[in-house]
Amino acid sequence: MKIHEYQAKKILSDFGVSIPQGEVAETPAQARVISSRLGREVVIKAQIHAGGRGKGGGIKVAHSPDEAEHASSFILGMQLVTHQTSPQGVKVRRVLVEEALQARKELYLGVIIDRSTARPVIMASESGGMEIEEVAARTPEKILRVQIEPGLGVLPFQARRIAFGLGLPVDVINRAVSLVTSLYRAFEAKDCSLAEINPLILGEEGRLLALDAKMVFDDNALFRHPEIKELRDVDEDDPLEAEALKYSINYIKLDGNIGCMVNGAGLAMATMDIIKLYGGEPANFLDVGGGASAEQVENAFRILLSDRHVRAVLINIFGGIMRCDVVAQGVIEAARNLMIKVPVVVRLEGTNVEQGRSLLKGSGLNFTVASGMKDAAEKVVKLARLPKPVY
Amino acid sequence: MSILVDQNTRVLVQGITGKEGTFHTRQAVKYGTQVVAGVTPGKGGETVDGIPVYDTVVEALASVGANASLIFVPPVFAADAIMEAADAGIPLVVCISEGIPTLDMVRVIPWLKAKGCRLIGPNCPGIISPGKSKIGIMPGHIHKTGSVGVISRSGTLTYEVVFQLTERGIGQSTCIGIGGDPIVGTHFVDCLQLFEADPDTEAVVLIGEIGGTAEEEAASFVRDRMRKPVIGFVAGSTAPPGRRMGHAGAIISGGKGTAAEKISAWKDAGVRVCQSPAEIGATVEESLVKRKGA
Repeated sequence: MKIHEYQAKKILSDFGVSIPQGEVAETPAQARVISSRLGREVVIKAQIHAGGRGKGGGIKVAHSPDEAEHASSFILGMQLVTHQTSPQGVKVRRVLVEEALQARKELYLGVIIDRSTARPVIMASESGGMEIEEVAARTPEKILRVQIEPGLGVLPFQARRIAFGLGLPVDVINRAVSLVTSLYRAFEAKDCSLAEINPLILGEEGRLLALDAKMVFDDNALFRHPEIKELRDVDEDDPLEAEALKYSINYIKLDGNIGCMVNGAGLAMATMDIIKLYGGEPANFLDVGGGASAEQVENAFRILLSDRHVRAVLINIFGGIMRCDVVAQGVIEAARNLMIKVPVVVRLEGTNVEQGRSLLKGSGLNFTVASGMKDAAEKVVKLARLPKPVY
Repeated sequence: MSILVDQNTRVLVQGITGKEGTFHTRQAVKYGTQVVAGVTPGKGGETVDGIPVYDTVVEALASVGANASLIFVPPVFAADAIMEAADAGIPLVVCISEGIPTLDMVRVIPWLKAKGCRLIGPNCPGIISPGKSKIGIMPGHIHKTGSVGVISRSGTLTYEVVFQLTERGIGQSTCIGIGGDPIVGTHFVDCLQLFEADPDTEAVVLIGEIGGTAEEEAASFVRDRMRKPVIGFVAGSTAPPGRRMGHAGAIISGGKGTAAEKISAWKDAGVRVCQSPAEIGATVEESLVKRKGA
């Protein structure tokens, strides 16, 4: 789960990280009030769950309350497009109005889980402000990495290694050590998958401040963090994906026109891949879950057909322990209830597959029965290319 | 023959009295797996189809002995269950549970190392040595005894591949689902090592997916240490970056972990990579024929 910059800064500040003074505004008038309260040059920052906001025009400097109001009226309500958003962009509903600060140095500091060693790792670099992935690709030798021993947390010498490694002046080292420790404590205490300060600035009088912050939380651990769950911004979620989640269906919308319904995440990805391989474009990823009951199939149908671009549907269910005749029954019921008009290709495999297939064929509905993934992909790609029928 | 599990494996089921636990225990017993005990705290003294249930793993071991554990405990308690099994001295733990917090697994891994325990999973279908023992939730009947090893990060996609093999009369020595989470106990490399050393495994199928670097690590092992043919497929060529594709571990982050990178690493290492998931069975068949001819 992702949160906004202002929320991440609040959490980090609770753990002892210094942040610039500022507040969130939802209207230009509020931005004006905050700006005059701060009484100095401010930065107006669009709050969306995506990086690259500056380049997209979502961050502006204002020298007076008038300017702050004006800049906010430009940013609030805009569809902000960045390299991390969809081409349509994301609507900006809030801005963070914050004191503008001079930086003597811009640094990067982040914590992630290193999957291959199964340990948290702290990463730091002197190239603050740049995306760490870019630094890693261009100058990997400039990234400091320190592995954390689970249970022990950051050891003082590890924090010192980072502080000195970042080339900070001696009089700032102790402050940097406590900052590194605070960031890691927040990461662990809140079950993050990412906690990042970028840039971390060395400001006037040797202060270290988090100019920007990003936190991503482990969805599997949200059950023990009700306070984090509350920070969810539903406006940032795709409405269809959110709807699917209510039924424990994993749905991700894509740009194609072939709707997919599959049981299991790996098979669902492989199904998308084979559609593409045969010249089609998947409209979605959809894992209907292990059971694939009639009710689940109906929910899945409803969700994937809400995407108006869908011209044909491919159902790929590997029965396994679930019997194919039961799955077929569910597919037929769901298609009848929803009065489905688009062509549907069904590929079933597993126990009682013959019974399942004959049920589908005898249903009188617009099903094309396929055997094997190749056959299914070829058939659905062909059907999706047919001119759209007029009803 | 097989790796890790066979007809002599004595299995304890943690979470045996739950709906999933009971259902899959029955399926495993039907397949021929030796399920010797169950553990559910607070239900000690009960039985499930005649299988004795204990409150703790230590108690179960003292009474009946077991050398593998199968875990169906809800994700909130699963890390604890894994550690309990390892602490009691069980050498092989198979954890099916999906949804364990990553930081719980971070704490579990060093514990397992200290206790000398191998974990398969979590968030996996388990392990099966066809005709001998099934420790997991996979449909037993699609498997066939034979000489191809299967290693996969997925569930139903593994069944798909096994089905393609069995349909062609190609049996399997052992099939292992290593799990779809970012942190798992057993990696591709561990399984490849075991299959390379197993005299009765002739070829290995690797089923990877986007996210992480497990496939790249497997590539170096295949290049440097494997003599047996390896056939592979990577799911997720069409997956958009930055999105979790169902599995917690299946995500392209910061441009890393793409299918293209993994496929090229495998190709460079000599893995026969299938472009289409429908071709895996046929490709294995070709490899086996070639090997016999050579």
